[in-house]
Amino acid sequence: MTRLVVGPFNRVEGDLELTLDIAEGRVSEARVATTLYRGFEQILIGRPAADALVIAPRICGICSLSQSMAAAAALRAVSGVQPPPNGELAANIAHIAENIADHLTHFYLFFMPDFARDFYADAAWFPGVATRFKALSGAAAQEALPARARLLHVMGLIAGKWPHSLAIQPGGVTRAPELGEKMRLIAIFGEFRAFIEKVLFAAPLEQVVAIATPEQLAEHAQGPGDFAAFLRLAESLRLENLGRIALPLISFGAYHGADGALFPAGRFDPGAREANPLPIGKIREDVAFSFLHENSADPALAVTLPDAERENGYSWAKAPRLSGNPAETGAVARQAIAGDPLIRALIARAGGTNVFARVVARVMEIARLTLAAGDWAQALRLKEGFFTRGPAAIEGAGVGMVEAARGALGHWLSVEKGLIRRYQIVAPTTWNFSPRDADGVPGPLEQALVGVETGAAGAKAPAIQHVVRSFDPCMVCTAH
Amino acid sequence: MTHVGRALAENNPRQTSLLKFGDIPANVRAMNHAPKTLLWLQAGSCGGCTMSVLEQGASGWFVELKNIGVLLLWHPSVSEESGAEVLAILDLIERGETRLDIFCVEGSILRGPNGSGKFNRLSGTNRSLLDITRSLAARADFCVAVGTCASFGGVPAGEPDPTDACGLHYDGSEIGGALGRGYRSKKGLPVINVAGCAPHPGWIMETIQALTTGDLSADDLDVFGRPAFFAAHLAHHGCSRNEFYEFKASARVFSERGCLMEHLGCKATQAIGDCNQRAWNGGGSCTHGGFACISCTAPHFEDVRNFDVTPKIAGIPVGLPLDMPKAWFMTLAALSKSATPERVRKNAEADRIVENPRRGK
Ligand code: SF4
Ligand code: SF4
Repeated sequence: MTRLVVGPFNRVEGDLELTLDIAEGRVSEARVATTLYRGFEQILIGRPAADALVIAPRICGICSLSQSMAAAAALRAVSGVQPPPNGELAANIAHIAENIADHLTHFYLFFMPDFARDFYADAAWFPGVATRFKALSGAAAQEALPARARLLHVMGLIAGKWPHSLAIQPGGVTRAPELGEKMRLIAIFGEFRAFIEKVLFAAPLEQVVAIATPEQLAEHAQGPGDFAAFLRLAESLRLENLGRIALPLISFGAYHGADGALFPAGRFDPGAREANPLPIGKIREDVAFSFLHENSADPALAVTLPDAERENGYSWAKAPRLSGNPAETGAVARQAIAGDPLIRALIARAGGTNVFARVVARVMEIARLTLAAGDWAQALRLKEGFFTRGPAAIEGAGVGMVEAARGALGHWLSVEKGLIRRYQIVAPTTWNFSPRDADGVPGPLEQALVGVETGAAGAKAPAIQHVVRSFDPCMVCTAH
Repeated sequence: MTHVGRALAENNPRQTSLLKFGDIPANVRAMNHAPKTLLWLQAGSCGGCTMSVLEQGASGWFVELKNIGVLLLWHPSVSEESGAEVLAILDLIERGETRLDIFCVEGSILRGPNGSGKFNRLSGTNRSLLDITRSLAARADFCVAVGTCASFGGVPAGEPDPTDACGLHYDGSEIGGALGRGYRSKKGLPVINVAGCAPHPGWIMETIQALTTGDLSADDLDVFGRPAFFAAHLAHHGCSRNEFYEFKASARVFSERGCLMEHLGCKATQAIGDCNQRAWNGGGSCTHGGFACISCTAPHFEDVRNFDVTPKIAGIPVGLPLDMPKAWFMTLAALSKSATPERVRKNAEADRIVENPRRGK
C-alpha cells in the first residue's frame, strides 16, 4: 500500500487536501481535510444580533448571498418579523442569480477544464473539448465569464453589489426597485436565457426541462452545445460509474415564498420511491477527527473552539450527521427530493449518486432556475412594499435553513439581551467533505473516492479530480 | 507545450527570441515587453476577491489579463495545475528560476496558533501560508494585497481574533503585519493594498495594469498603502442620495430613499473609495442598494458594533464627515433641515418617489 497526499487541490473554493491509501492501483481509503480555519463562529459571539448580516456572509465569497439568506432567516426565526411578499421575492431573485452563477462557474471554470488536460489527448473527443474548455485559454470561458458578469447585474439592482451585500434583511430587502429596474431584471434573465439556449444547451429551455428519462438525455447528447459535449465524454469515460455512493440525500428547501418552496426540504434515500420529511432535530456535528475541542454535538448548543494539536485530528471541518449517518447534499439531492424524474432515474440506474448524476443535476438546474427567475422578476408588485421593520430588541433562538448552490446551509443562532450567544453554521460542503465521525464512518467524499482507479498516474489521476469536483466543493464554507 | 512550460520559456531571458508574440496585443508587442508574470495565492480568504475580479472584462478576465500583457503563472480557482504541478511552479519561483513580477495575495495571514501559522497550511505541504507568503513576497517585483483581509486583517482579525490574523503589511492600522514594517518589494514599493471587502474588480485590475505600465509609484499610494486613484475619494462622492444628504433628509428604516447617514449607520462620508462613482455589478453600490457603507476599505472596519445604527451623542452623529469641524456641520445641518424642499422631505421617508420634481410656485 502507498499513501499519497494530494494538494494544493485547486479549482475548488478554498483549501482542500486528500490523503489517499492506494492498493493495487485503486484508492482503498481516503481522508479529506480542510486546511484553513478562520474562527467565524467565535467572531460572531458577543456581537449585536443584526451584525451577523455583516460578518456571516464574509465566510464565503462564492455563496455570500446564500449566507446572507441563512443569517436573515435565522434572525427572522428569532424576531418573528414577516417580510412582505415582494421582499421575499426580491431576495429570492438575488439568491437565484447567485446560485445560477455558481453553477455556471463550476461547469465552465472548475469542472470541465480537467477534460482538457493532456492526459486525455488520445481520446476521440479531445480536440474539440480542449479548444473549448482548456483552463484560461479555452473559448468557452470567453463567453461564459461575460454571461456570468451580466447575470450578476441582478445584484447591482437588488443587492447593491456582490459579493458581500447587506440588502437581504429579516424584514425583506433594503430597496424597492423602480419600474425601469424591474424591466432591467427581466431583460437580464432574458439575455442569460438566450445565452444558455445558444451556448450551453443549444435548445429552448422548455425542451431542456422536459428531458425526463436517461434515453431522452442520451438523445440530447447527440446535438450541439456544451452540455451535450459533456454528456458525450461522460458516456465514453463512464462517469456514471465514478464516485458512486448511496447515502441519504438531504435538502433544506430553496426559494421559499407564500406558496411554499420551489424545491422542498426533505430526505431521499437512493433506492426509495419517495422523499421523506427531514428530521431537522436529528442533525448533529461530530468532532472526533477535527482539530476542535469536544463540545455539544447539537448545533443549537455548540460552541466552536480550535485545538490544533488534537490527537487523531486531520481536518478543521466538523462531521455533520443526520440520525447518525453521513448525508450528501447539493443539486442532485435537491432534484431527487423534488421528484425530478430524470435525476431519480439516473440515481436508480447507477444505484446511487455519481459524478455524472451530480453534474447533470447541476446543469439541468441552471435551466429550471433561469425559467423561474424570469417569472419571479415579472411577479414583483412595484406598488407594494419590500420591507417590514422588525422589533428593535430580540431574544431567543432560531435556525435559518436555505439551499446554497452546493446544498443545505443552516445557521443556528441564539440571542441573549440582543447579543449573539451562540452561532453555528453547517454548510453544504461540511456535509459532503466531512471527516470521519466517532464511529469511524467516513464522510461522503471519503466514501466516493474508495475504489477509484489511479493506475500509473497516481495522485495525478484525473479520475480523482473528477470525483472531487463533481461535488462542487466550497472549502471556505466547510470549516469557517 | 503546457501552460507552465510556456510560461517558463517566456521567463527565461536567454530565450526571448523564442517568445511567441502571437498571443500578445500589438501595443504591448511594440513596446517589446515580455509579459509580466502574476501569481495569485489565497490565504485566510473567502474567495470573494476572486469572485469580484472574475466579473472584469468584456470578454472575461482571462482575455483582459492577456490584453494588458499579464501571464498568469497560477491562480487557485482558475488554473489547470493541481497538486504537485502547483508545488513545482512555486518551487521554481522560490529558486529564482521563474521571474515573479506581481504577487497577489487574497485573504488574511493567520499567524496562530502561537506564531506557527498552522491555522492555514498550504495543502499538500507542511508549510503555512505565512511562511510561503514571506518567501514569495521577497522575490516579487511588486506585492499586492487584494482585499481588506490581505491589507489589514479584515473580518478574520475581528474580535476575539481567534487565529492572530493580520494583513501582509499591516496589522489593523499598525504597520508591520506578516511581512514586517521594513518590507519593500524588489522594485522598492511597500505592499499595495487594494482594500475593500470585496474590492471593486476595477480597483484590482487597474492596480495590476498600472504596475505593468510602470505608472504606479509609492507617491500614488495613500497613508495605508492604498492606490490613491480610488482611495483619494470618499464613498459618499456621487451617491444617488446626495440631495437628501444636503438637506439632512434621512431614511428612518431600510428601503426608504433618504440619506442613510443620520440613522442607518452610513459611514461613506468618512470611508475611502470611489464606490459611488463606479458601477458595481452593472450599476449598483452599497448605498444605492439601500444599506449603509460600513467602510469596508478601512483597517478595523470589522470591529464596529451595530453596523446599521448611527452612533449619536445627544442626538448628533458621532462620526462626522472626515474633515468637517463639528460646529459647521451643526449649523449647516440645522440650516439645511429648515430649508428642505417638501419633495425631498417626503421622498426621504418613502420607499418610492411620492413627489416628482417640478417648478416651485
Ligand atoms: S447615504 Fe451615505 S453615501 Fe449616500 S449621501 Fe448619505 S451619507 Fe452620503
Ligand atoms: S460604499 Fe463603503 S462599504 Fe461599500 S464598498 Fe465602498 S467603502 Fe465598502
